[in-house]
Amino acid sequence: MAHPADRFLQLGTLDALAGGASPIHRLDPRAKVLAVAGLVVAVASFGRFEVAALLPYALFPAVLLTLGAIPGGYILRRMLAALPFVLALGLLNPVLDRAPMLQLGPVTVSAGWLSLASILVRFALTVGTALLLVATTPFHQVCMALEKLGLPRVFALQLAFLYRYAFVLAAETARLVRARSLRAFGRRLSLGEFTGLAGGLLLRTWDRAQRIHTAMLARAFTGDFQPREPLAWNSRDTLFTLGWLGLFAALRWARLPQLLGQLAGGAQ
Amino acid sequence: MTGMTGMTGRTEPVVAVTDLSFHYPDGTEALRGVSFTIHAGETVAVVGANGAGKSTLLLHLNGSVAPERGEVRILGLAVEPRHLDRVRRAVGMVFQDPDDQLFMPTVQDDVAFGPLNLGLGPEEVARRVAEALATVDMAQAAGKPPYRLSGGEKRRVAIATVLAMAPEILVMDEPTAGLDPRTRRQLAQLLKAFGHTKIIATHDLDLVLDLCGRTIVLHEGAVMADGPTREIFANATLLATCHLEKPLSLQACPVCGPR
Amino acid sequence: MHMADALISPEIGGLLWLVSGAALVRSARAVAAEPGGARTPLTGVLGAFVFAVQMLNFAIPGTGSSGHLGGAMLLAVLLGPHAALLTMASVLVVQAFFFADGGLLALGCNIFNLGVLPVFLAYPLVYRPLAGAQGRRRGPAAFAAAVAGLALGAVAVALETRFSGISALPLRAFLMALVPIHLAIGLVEGAATLALLRFLAQARPELFHGPRTSWRAVTLVAVLALAAGGVLSWAASRNPDGLEWAVAKVAGTLPSAGGTVHAGLDRAQKGAALLPEYGFRDRGAAEPTRLETSLSGVVGGALTLALVAGAALLLKRRRSA
Repeated sequence: MAHPADRFLQLGTLDALAGGASPIHRLDPRAKVLAVAGLVVAVASFGRFEVAALLPYALFPAVLLTLGAIPGGYILRRMLAALPFVLALGLLNPVLDRAPMLQLGPVTVSAGWLSLASILVRFALTVGTALLLVATTPFHQVCMALEKLGLPRVFALQLAFLYRYAFVLAAETARLVRARSLRAFGRRLSLGEFTGLAGGLLLRTWDRAQRIHTAMLARAFTGDFQPREPLAWNSRDTLFTLGWLGLFAALRWARLPQLLGQLAGGAQ
Repeated sequence: MTGMTGMTGRTEPVVAVTDLSFHYPDGTEALRGVSFTIHAGETVAVVGANGAGKSTLLLHLNGSVAPERGEVRILGLAVEPRHLDRVRRAVGMVFQDPDDQLFMPTVQDDVAFGPLNLGLGPEEVARRVAEALATVDMAQAAGKPPYRLSGGEKRRVAIATVLAMAPEILVMDEPTAGLDPRTRRQLAQLLKAFGHTKIIATHDLDLVLDLCGRTIVLHEGAVMADGPTREIFANATLLATCHLEKPLSLQACPVCGPR
Repeated sequence: MHMADALISPEIGGLLWLVSGAALVRSARAVAAEPGGARTPLTGVLGAFVFAVQMLNFAIPGTGSSGHLGGAMLLAVLLGPHAALLTMASVLVVQAFFFADGGLLALGCNIFNLGVLPVFLAYPLVYRPLAGAQGRRRGPAAFAAAVAGLALGAVAVALETRFSGISALPLRAFLMALVPIHLAIGLVEGAATLALLRFLAQARPELFHGPRTSWRAVTLVAVLALAAGGVLSWAASRNPDGLEWAVAKVAGTLPSAGGTVHAGLDRAQKGAALLPEYGFRDRGAAEPTRLETSLSGVVGGALTLALVAGAALLLKRRRSA
């Protein structure tokens, strides 16, 4: 796992990106959440060996990236950072599954390689899209959208609280780590030291929670969070949602790349 | 030295604390028989060493903590369960750490939190939010999340969250702690402009001198002095006993004499 | 270990989303039923703590590698299973969205493997029986429960992957690889959890006043509440959080039992305590110790006892059913 400072920075960068003002940013968060959900489900529903049929789905993250003015290099780096685990599991496939499946000219591609390729494409699509969602939507809006789409209120509120204080806690943790490392001369954190640091942090956090509650009570909180302003849904959001969901469904059944290939005269 | 009260017209005190005593569960006495009254429009400082009981006293003023002995009355109402609603409407409390007070996703949400809890309608809430943010000069930050604000900005927003509830009394715990000189100056000017009754617990004795006509000195949970600020700061023995010093601006003052 | 989107079929992913979703709804209801709304800031901020502390790597002696705390068992011990599930789930949600730990389709699996299994299986079946009355063997019990939780997680990951049919790895081989790894992770998790619980028990024993599930303990507290005579309201206000907690914790596992009891306790507490909405238990600054008028004190105490007795009877009946 990464150094606290790195994760903290990452969270901060995505949060800053989410504060942008592009047309994508301005969309209702529910529209974006629904579209992303649609893509994830559609991509997941393909068979193990599908690769080409998945590729058109890349249109969605591409649009989010360009219209949302999100730096592509950053998203790519984040995706690469998450790659190793998936790659490790996926690499077993070519090793285990040698059955020949595809003939590309002189090269025989085994089923294992195909399924690996499929895994990687799926990974890129789902991970990339998820990142782009949080890069174009402030997280508390994502929470609000999820709540309005059915997530239990208590959970959505808690998510918002977690996110709000994640920065504070990550910064505190980073400070602890830095302070310790100045006196540690390269020795790694022992379990005993960890216990002291984490235990102290936990107690301070518990106290902070109490102070927050006191502050809430001081502002006439009675136990229920009042509903906030409803989100404003307009025709652009409807168009966005229906358009993309429709496309994802169509791609699922129409197999565009094959069609294109056949049109171009190639045999399959 | 014991209490000298009120400086303005109203006969009925807005804050009346009588023989307030309180223990922590581990046995330490936090407050011992604290008594004082405050009238409308006063700006009162509560000073004392760390651990003298300042924060604990403040927490009693809006019912966050209940006294063991004694009584607290706000606007004539006893601070007890049936009056807590009214008390919390009347007393706006600003805590030491603004991160504890700004818990909503955006500045706007935080400032709206209080008015929404008071049951106000959406237009009224929006109006109050706009007004409160304008008063503290943070209107442009309305959509920002609190963790993107600087320390001084957070302080101002924290004050706005309380102003939006239109309290009669403002209670503040260490409002200038950790602020850079300019931000501190801005905050002091902002506070000076408020017409509310103000109770400020602070170590910033120069702020006290600047803002507060009256000072209550706490020492080990008891009131050691309660009177005009200038007189308190002229009393070297008192200050020494309570682990305090003269404000920096009075030290080496040719009129008041050396430290 | 996190499951990844790429390895999950929509059927398995969907199934586990449904299961996790149902668990979350149930837990959300249980937490929402607790009066005062004190839970949201606590669980939210503790979630941020878990999120931050997962980044603190410590060296595992004897090996060259390092481990970190997952936190599910720790949260379950400190907050009870429902709040713990919500907290772990929210950490996983943030990780899935921002760090691609897992993915969105596999999020249901991850909430199940890393949340539901430790909190609703390992915690009640391993921790609770081993922890003893008043949690005297809390540390070792948590250690065992953490290991158990991770072992269960290993099996779950293997089954989910196998039934998804996307990875070509045969189940037995997968299990043989996963179980030892997860056991090792479990040992680390257990050690860290044990160490932290010991630290907390020493530094702040009040944190553990919460979950009391024995009928005996609940009665004892209730009897003290009444028997304290003139200091009725003091006793009642001293422990209503404990009582509420006790009933809430037990009632929480049986969602429908919670409603009226909570409402009743709430009324009783409001009658006897000065700051009814102060939800944290036995916290210093909040301790209401002023004596109310004797009438409200007696009424409050009697009401509390009656409600507690009623709740305990209800629960006893359900347990044996």
